[in-house]
Amino acid sequence: MSTDTPQSPDPAANAEDVADLQARIDELEEELSAVKSDSDDGQKKMTIIATKGTFDMAYPPLILASTAAAFGWDVVVFHTFWGLDILHEEKSKNLKMSAVGNPSMPMPNAIASLPFMDSMATKMMEKKIDEQGTATIEELIEMSLDTGVDLQACQMTMELMDYEEDEMYDDVTTGVGAATALEHMADADIQLLI
Amino acid sequence: MSEAYDVTETLDVKGQSCPMPVVKSKQAADDLAEGEVLEVVSTDSGSMSDIKGWANTTDGVELLDQEEGDDIYKHYVRKTE
Repeated sequence: MSTDTPQSPDPAANAEDVADLQARIDELEEELSAVKSDSDDGQKKMTIIATKGTFDMAYPPLILASTAAAFGWDVVVFHTFWGLDILHEEKSKNLKMSAVGNPSMPMPNAIASLPFMDSMATKMMEKKIDEQGTATIEELIEMSLDTGVDLQACQMTMELMDYEEDEMYDDVTTGVGAATALEHMADADIQLLI
Repeated sequence: MSEAYDVTETLDVKGQSCPMPVVKSKQAADDLAEGEVLEVVSTDSGSMSDIKGWANTTDGVELLDQEEGDDIYKHYVRKTE
């Protein structure tokens, strides 16, 4: 009968193992504290990609962004394609509702596609907004910038649309692209495409 | 009820709707010192849920009370840091 008695430990090898383990523990503790200091500032992050430039679609990103800033969050709104019009000082004041293909419009598409229907729908909505005390797009942009939201204008779209930096609202971040947006998104708790 | 709190500052957001009551409350709270109380007066029924959600989620402020009157909603928020 044979029993598997453990080999009597070699004291030198044992000491080496302990030293290795200790070194590994130190290494992991260091990594852990680095991870903690990176993520443990308690501040939530939100990235919104704003791609739409109609009157109604300008509201959701601006409302969420300014509210998140009130929560103390670090907020970036990256405006690309038609979403860039929201940051364009002139164009932001003339954004239109789209009557065609909008199932919430109380009219058939054949009528919605008539000339001036978009303008009419926009006028009606603007009147409602005024009556209800809803903030205007311009007010929401100013409020967002005041509360520290980083409103970013996609550089590629700026060039595509032939927009100049001085046509955009002051304090809008320009000269940024997809990589800048992704960098913020990678660390963000919330990412939205609107 | 409001006499129960020593109101430092009153913010009037009557006639304004989401997100202004919350965003302006945050701005007003920023100007207060620890322990001071902000009274927010709103006509937005959504502010009952929104101010509560904001105060519960945000560090440095604490919701003391909310009052619902005739189309008037009052909120009492204390700055805690």
